Amino acid sequence: MAKWIVSGPPLLYLLVFFAIPALIMVVASFRSPGEFGGLAPLVDEAGKLDINLDSYARFFTETVYLQVFFKSAWYAALTTLICLALAYPLATLIAKSPRKYRDLLLLLVILPFWSNFLIRVYAWMIILGPNAALARVINGALAFVGIEPVPLLFSAFAVLVCLVYVHLPFMVLPLYANLEKHDQALLDAAQDLGANGWQRFWRITFPLSLPGVYAGAALVFIPALGIFAIPDILGGPNDTLIGNLIKQQFLETRDWPFGSVLSIVLTVAALALAGIAAWVGRRGAGSIARA
Amino acid sequence: MALLDIEHVTRRFGDFAAVDDVTLAVEAGEFFTLLGPSGCGKTTLLRMIAGFDLPDGGRILLNGQDLAGQPPEARPVRTVFQNYALFPHMTVEGNVAFPLQMARVPAGERPARIAAALEDVRLIGFEKRYPHELSGGQKQRVAIARALVTHPTMLLLDEPLAALDAKLREELQIELINLQKEVGIAFVYVTHDQTEALALSHRIAVMNAGRVEQLDEPSKIYGFPRTKFVADFIGQCNLFSGLVTSQSAGVVTLDVAGIGPVRVATQASVAAGSIGTIALRPEKVRIAAAAPVDSPDNHFRGTVADLLYMGDVTVYRVQTSDGSRIEALLANSQSGRAKFFEVGDAVEMSWPVDAGHFIAG
Repeated sequence: MAKWIVSGPPLLYLLVFFAIPALIMVVASFRSPGEFGGLAPLVDEAGKLDINLDSYARFFTETVYLQVFFKSAWYAALTTLICLALAYPLATLIAKSPRKYRDLLLLLVILPFWSNFLIRVYAWMIILGPNAALARVINGALAFVGIEPVPLLFSAFAVLVCLVYVHLPFMVLPLYANLEKHDQALLDAAQDLGANGWQRFWRITFPLSLPGVYAGAALVFIPALGIFAIPDILGGPNDTLIGNLIKQQFLETRDWPFGSVLSIVLTVAALALAGIAAWVGRRGAGSIARA
Repeated sequence: MALLDIEHVTRRFGDFAAVDDVTLAVEAGEFFTLLGPSGCGKTTLLRMIAGFDLPDGGRILLNGQDLAGQPPEARPVRTVFQNYALFPHMTVEGNVAFPLQMARVPAGERPARIAAALEDVRLIGFEKRYPHELSGGQKQRVAIARALVTHPTMLLLDEPLAALDAKLREELQIELINLQKEVGIAFVYVTHDQTEALALSHRIAVMNAGRVEQLDEPSKIYGFPRTKFVADFIGQCNLFSGLVTSQSAGVVTLDVAGIGPVRVATQASVAAGSIGTIALRPEKVRIAAAAPVDSPDNHFRGTVADLLYMGDVTVYRVQTSDGSRIEALLANSQSGRAKFFEVGDAVEMSWPVDAGHFIAG
């Protein structure tokens, strides 16, 4: 009884605000779009139930949508890899610094969260803008070697830079939490047994940090996959991602069934990836977690 | 030239000398133990041999070659760490294979080498287990197999049995002795446990405050401690300090406060008026209810103040009339017998001159 009193409210919350809307979305994906947006009546004038697979057929037959979907996956994967490459040394540095500085360094990592997400994205408009120092230095250097100036803003470059910037802390934190627990004695033992610095990293530190890598990758990849604000604000015409597409369907084209299909595909893909990551993580890191 | 020469090695941490001008040599095939209380510098010395720490002064030579400048991974010595330090993401086989991979031993040779090393430590059949599936004793055996698989010049063991319970410790001590004999590799063993050191070693260096107090065979260390520290640290010991009042025919008489004149045989030339100490093992003290019929060299009376039943023996702490205490030990040879005397019993203690050991100072 007490168990239900404690877990009841959050369960109810999830039911009302997550499970039911998700179900509504699933149902909507099988319906037809209304003439002026929204949904067509479930039962048409002839009294026939209007349930179809049209929107699904559209997604899988018109290649442009699959292309956008794969482009989103590519951007998210690239973001994850760059975040990993940047976060690993950073997390190592924090984990190896004296205990009294660690909290301060972690605070610095999460400090950007203290300001609004959109403000931070708009800040990149200024940083990457044509009159900003960065663009002037780069284009000045390009002009020096006789190359036409390149716009930094409204490009795939701008989108990726901002994606990495926004998601970096989500990679640093789980990696740090893992690396901080590593036992120096294992590295001493490896060195004693003949392993040089690289061998110690690749054979000991890195495999033992895989649970942190998987957690960080999931925390970066999944939100990056569905993001729409960053390509909206910083991207060029070719940087439409699946998130933008979904937003378009609901707010501009007002084709709710197709928007629902896109959302469902995104959710299923994210869940499948998370499931695979968890499975790989458990298999590879099972012995570590239990040791 | 010995296998390992440690020459005037010093290691300071700030003002504190963890290892203070230590010189010693370890021979090939020897089971050598560094024994001392925590903080005596024995582990620091071991880490300097392994290469994890560098001496501030002096040299460490292996086979006559100065090890300075060689990082741990390049030194032909292997360490067995106190908490095993097994790689948790590798099986037993993977752990033992690791040093072979690092040494670029051809893959074809590895299985035989791994099997031989696991056989040495009696762990055949555990190849596919992960460290978390092993008991403490098994983990320690894997650590030893992993260290031995590349046939190092020397094995360094840092309190390898400290984390195990007493029964298992004894079993592994016997295994270590046999293993060392079998593989013939020199062992340098660090421990704070004097019984372990006495049981295992060919020679022991007793360390205190960064210095070697005595370096000798176990029986010499136990029987003829050179300093008060050694006498006190190794086993139970009565220490009687006092002024040397006379010396004749190799027998010294000390005036010990609270006890009286105590006589001891010694080869050393001792000047009358100097300070000396007699180390007397409790098992050398004869304790009886009646006065001895012969006239022993040392004879004192007292009452039993405490007794400690240890199973095979009982330790009696006897108080003399002046308030000093002398420990005596009697074997309870008859089963069911816990003690010969009760607290408060008047007893007679005696021992011959050659029972004690004279230490100057």
